[in-house]
Amino acid sequence: MSRILLKEYLSPNVVQIEIEAPLIARKRKAGHFVIVKIGTEGERIPLTIAKADIDKGSITLIVQKVGVTSHKLASLNVGDEVTDVVGPLGNPTHIEKVGTVLCAGGGVGIAPLLPIVEALHDAGNKVISILAARNKDLLILENEIRSHSDEVIIMTDDGSYGTKGLVTVGMEEVFKNQKIDFCVTIGPAIMMKFTSLVSKKYNVPTMASLNAIMVDGTGMCGACRVSVGGKIKFVCVDGPEFNAFDVDFDELLMRLGGYKNEEEQHYREQLSK
Amino acid sequence: MATDNTSNQKELRDQEWRRELKKSVSAKDRTNIVRVKMPEVDPQERIKSNVEVNSGITAEMAVVEAKRCLDCPDPECIKGCPVGVDIPGFIKCIEAGEFLKAAAAIKKNNVFPSVCGRVCPQEIQCEARCIYTTKLKKEPVAIGYLERFAADYENHSGHISVPEITQRNHVKVAVIGSGPAGLAAAGDLVKYGYDVTVFEALHEFGGVLKYGIPEFRLPNQIIDLEINNLKRMGVTFVKNIIAGRTLTFDDLRQDGFRAFFVGSGAGLPNFMNIPGENFNGVLSSNEYLTRVNLMGAAKKDHDTPVFFGKRVAVIGGGNTAMDSVRTAKRLGAEKAMIIYRRSFTEMPARKEEIRHAQEEGIEFLNLHNPLEYYADEKGHVNRIKLQRMELSDPDASGRRKPVAIPGSEFIIEADLVIVAIGVSPNPLIPQSMPDLHVSKYGTIEVDSEKMESNVSGMFAGGDIVRGGATVILAMGDGRRAAKGIHEYLSRQ
Repeated sequence: MSRILLKEYLSPNVVQIEIEAPLIARKRKAGHFVIVKIGTEGERIPLTIAKADIDKGSITLIVQKVGVTSHKLASLNVGDEVTDVVGPLGNPTHIEKVGTVLCAGGGVGIAPLLPIVEALHDAGNKVISILAARNKDLLILENEIRSHSDEVIIMTDDGSYGTKGLVTVGMEEVFKNQKIDFCVTIGPAIMMKFTSLVSKKYNVPTMASLNAIMVDGTGMCGACRVSVGGKIKFVCVDGPEFNAFDVDFDELLMRLGGYKNEEEQHYREQLSK
Repeated sequence: MATDNTSNQKELRDQEWRRELKKSVSAKDRTNIVRVKMPEVDPQERIKSNVEVNSGITAEMAVVEAKRCLDCPDPECIKGCPVGVDIPGFIKCIEAGEFLKAAAAIKKNNVFPSVCGRVCPQEIQCEARCIYTTKLKKEPVAIGYLERFAADYENHSGHISVPEITQRNHVKVAVIGSGPAGLAAAGDLVKYGYDVTVFEALHEFGGVLKYGIPEFRLPNQIIDLEINNLKRMGVTFVKNIIAGRTLTFDDLRQDGFRAFFVGSGAGLPNFMNIPGENFNGVLSSNEYLTRVNLMGAAKKDHDTPVFFGKRVAVIGGGNTAMDSVRTAKRLGAEKAMIIYRRSFTEMPARKEEIRHAQEEGIEFLNLHNPLEYYADEKGHVNRIKLQRMELSDPDASGRRKPVAIPGSEFIIEADLVIVAIGVSPNPLIPQSMPDLHVSKYGTIEVDSEKMESNVSGMFAGGDIVRGGATVILAMGDGRRAAKGIHEYLSRQ
């Protein structure tokens, strides 16, 4: 059981929750995730650790309300308990000083991007961050990203903030104007598919952090499998980060929708209660 | 230990009551008794729920069955048992009506008779060595049924014998994983007097007994009861801890743990690497069974989804394949099929499971192998290309290899495919311990007697060492490792 210490809405649908997890806080590195389960009937879902506070013994998770479990998590309040939290899982991000790094985050993907931006910056890299959202209200963690970046570019679909356009437009601008040594992209699978096409065009090595459906999160079930370079990889134990050029994003997109009907039906049933 | 057991068992056999009991019925009368039939829930009834298929034999049936045992002077059955249970010893207690004593006799060697009585493959172990099988060419004494009877009797009696632990030494030992290997190790370590903590990565204890084996074969309450017994003996259980991650082995050493038993189990499911295997609706048996058994996906109000396939194909011929296909039937499959590349003769699943599956209307497409999966426009599997196989002549090792019949491909419809072709060891612990010697398959290397790895104080057993084996072999490993740990710590 992990008690909720703080809760804050970052946008109408995205909630930030700080929970007690002293052991995980001590061990967590950029790129790690936890598996969370709410209630005895709950499902296990993976969530990236956005921040950790060793002194406080806490980790921070950022959740977008999309299904039953994220709604359940968002409906908990300070003082409530999250039934099960286990981690840190996945491989930590490989952090080294490479020069100039472009970090492209979209939507709630900015949450897992934050610890990577922070670590890359701490390692002495020049960090340029591009944050993308549909509109100004949906943009999250701008200040946190700014405090660990040398430059921040904001892109919104409707132009309500920053520059109007998709994340890829902002990336092209950066690639055209300066030499980028490495690129990190995290966001919806469809976004990562196109951001990696852009960085491939400019021949910049790119790492994508994948979200996948998981059950146990420890390598046991294989639900999170993806094709990377034509081989089956498990996001939970082989990832979550992979060379973006090798990832079959179309397959990932298809697999992410695998339980859509079942999930929507269960969601409707839960809402009607 | 084996010699001690043998002399001890002989002593027990020479007891007055045992000799009297043996004389009370002639061998001829004993051998004329027909083997007891396990009462089973009707197939049409049982496929509607998760009710345990085998209902268990009654006390009357048990006593009669126990009479069949000839109490052989040199009992071969014991040699067929991976943990050396004094089989005639407990069976004769049953014949004498001393059911609690029977349970206690089993528990000297087997910590979880209620589990082993249900899931052990007795037909290739103790019962295969029974004199009825080998000499009399009759059906063996129903050792498994009797074991289960004694264990269940004790569990329902309210007099569960919890071994008294006289001497606690306050030396801390960590057990990683709460599956059969870990539970067996914990049971012995606590009896040696150690301060035992079991760390489990999942949110429930029991490992494969919970997430893998369905309730219609092994009800969860049986496992919970065994775990509660261990708790009563003083074992501490902690869930949601990934050893090597949440707590590293250095952390545990600093916390005072002096030795470790790693029973982290078989992890990664194997796939065949054929086209279409990543379509939705093609999943590993581990995923399917975990969703249903551990997460309660098929139960109302549980959040985890599961596909309720109408035409379900399970690839493989082992116990996990049978568990999966029979689960699919219970979840409403109109057609539930096994696709196996060899024939019934080579099928590794237990005969009883195969028979139960057949009774439940499972179809067997033996000598078939999948080549490719196809999907609808949303990426959900809808068809399988199969190939017919034939068996080659036996090779030098006597094994008949499945060989594809050219031009025999055909297509069948399926909306759920479950791949049950084995697992590879879980990489999490080897990943976190670069010094630990692992084989090229990823299994932890240990010496087979003490189960000790190359890292001082670290022992391992079960599927993380064997790759993929049975519950009883895992338990045997756990017990040997407990003994190895005891010797190791006694030397320190």
